[in-house]
Amino acid sequence: MSATTAVAQAPQGWVRRFRNNPTSLVGLAIFLAVILAAVFAPWIWPVDPLEQDVVERLVGPSLAHPLGTDSFGRDVLARLLHAGRISLLIGISSIALAMLVGSAIGIAAGYIGGWFDAMVTSLLDVLLSFPTLLLGLMVVAMLGSSVENLVLAIALTELAPFARVARAPTIALKNRDFIEAGRALGFSDLRLVVVHIIPNLISDVIVVASLWLAAAIRTEASLSFIGLGVKPPTPTWGGMIREGFENILDAPWLAVAPGLAILITVLGINLLGDGLRDAIDPKVRND
Amino acid sequence: MGEYLLRRLALAIPTLLLTMSMVFILARVVPGDPALVILGDQASLEALAALREKLGLDRPLHLQYFDFLAGILQGDLGRSLVTGKSVWLELLSVLPYTIELTLAAILLGVLFGVPLGAYAAVHRNQWPDTLTRLFSLTGLSFPAFVSAILLLLVFAIELRWFPVISAPKMDDPLDRLRHLALPAMNLGLLMTAYVTRVSRASMLNVLGEDYVRTARAKGIGARAVLWRHALRNAMIPVATVVGLYLGTMIGNSVLTEIVFNRPGLGKLILGALNLRDYTMLQGLMVFFAGFIVLANAATDIAYGLIDPRVRYK
Repeated sequence: MSATTAVAQAPQGWVRRFRNNPTSLVGLAIFLAVILAAVFAPWIWPVDPLEQDVVERLVGPSLAHPLGTDSFGRDVLARLLHAGRISLLIGISSIALAMLVGSAIGIAAGYIGGWFDAMVTSLLDVLLSFPTLLLGLMVVAMLGSSVENLVLAIALTELAPFARVARAPTIALKNRDFIEAGRALGFSDLRLVVVHIIPNLISDVIVVASLWLAAAIRTEASLSFIGLGVKPPTPTWGGMIREGFENILDAPWLAVAPGLAILITVLGINLLGDGLRDAIDPKVRND
Repeated sequence: MGEYLLRRLALAIPTLLLTMSMVFILARVVPGDPALVILGDQASLEALAALREKLGLDRPLHLQYFDFLAGILQGDLGRSLVTGKSVWLELLSVLPYTIELTLAAILLGVLFGVPLGAYAAVHRNQWPDTLTRLFSLTGLSFPAFVSAILLLLVFAIELRWFPVISAPKMDDPLDRLRHLALPAMNLGLLMTAYVTRVSRASMLNVLGEDYVRTARAKGIGARAVLWRHALRNAMIPVATVVGLYLGTMIGNSVLTEIVFNRPGLGKLILGALNLRDYTMLQGLMVFFAGFIVLANAATDIAYGLIDPRVRYK
């Protein structure tokens, strides 16, 4: 039972370590601010992101339009805030999907072992060897670009890290005494996995999720920039940069503003992820 | 060593086969009809049937699979649906631009990343370390196309130090270098961020090892311990991790080439996407996937050359 008690005690330790690290707190603050800005977009800046104004096209930053207008005369600040909703929605959903499916695959491979494990491991290696962006690009190009397909494609590119991180501890745990004891008591495999294995690897999986969320948001932006994102006129950060890039000489803010939005969001999540990893995983705490 | 080399190469064959099968699955079995993707919703049934026949999509799946593998074995990646030219030849014609760009980026990344990471590790938790970590995390957070656009804005559009569009004359070395500078700087900066982070972690690990303590105890100067004992050993994992970075690097170079409008594999992919050139896309996937598998094998072999222990695992 030692492993379960270790889990019960863990939170206090890592919360304290997390709180003592100023950079992780900055990351958390940025991430929360971005989420709040996206959720409350219509109240923060009550302007329709789709409304066009032919007279006010490509106007520089002003009081009425703090970030200027785009080539259709749409308010860039409103578009930026609404784009955040789509980018975060796709990023978080794809990570949640990759986390569920990937960890399930990893746990199954580790728990069942044998040829099944060998097969899954080599498939994962193959998946890992694909360039993320190209894999996503190929899947979206074949399926068509909608929110669901983007989530699916990005989740596929990020399955492998979750499966890996869930598999290793499962192998270590399944031979431990408390699992043997559970088996002797006649517990089903499902119960052993859900009650005794998952709680022991959940913190590792969450760390991986926070680190890969940044990558998911970047991949979504890259796909949108290439032209495979959610279809216009729905604003996305990558799509705004794509449109803004066409007017880079006359209106550089069109590309710079969403570019900085992505950068700040991803940097915040990376700081948060690094902080979580340092706080939770004692092996790498010194890195 | 010969045996190890053969063993490692043999190991790459099943991986290569699996990888190619995955490309096939992605291209054919993913729901969605390639003919429909190419021709669009408005296409007539006859046109769709004709294209399916032309692409061999009307044949049984297992025969398509064997044709696909046989083609790859013969070095045949098919013909572009749009130009009718061999995919392999189109690929080769722009490959030098991409190779030039990636090599320059790796060079910059190692040149700046390794010393920066080592320096940060030695000065751990002091301000140079904090600054370095912040720099590398920022670099890792940049989507490649955002950093590319910022560099383009500052150095090409505002300062006019470099040309805006990067299609160099291949026979003029100076012109090539001028056109290479900004794209290479972009990719190099991102690579530096990564190498710095990895070098720092690896160096920290090595600095805690017994042999470093022993070297210090023997009275060897701090500088010699650092260079001769620590850094050389710290570089072994860095080499492997840089090999693993290739996948990300390919994605980044695609985005960089698109922003700088530079010929290369990235623009080839973008063109294939816009024109729905499905065979070209599939051929490019085969090429990249094969390249990565072979590059990983090469990294392992290099690893075996550096570290004899690996060979006997």
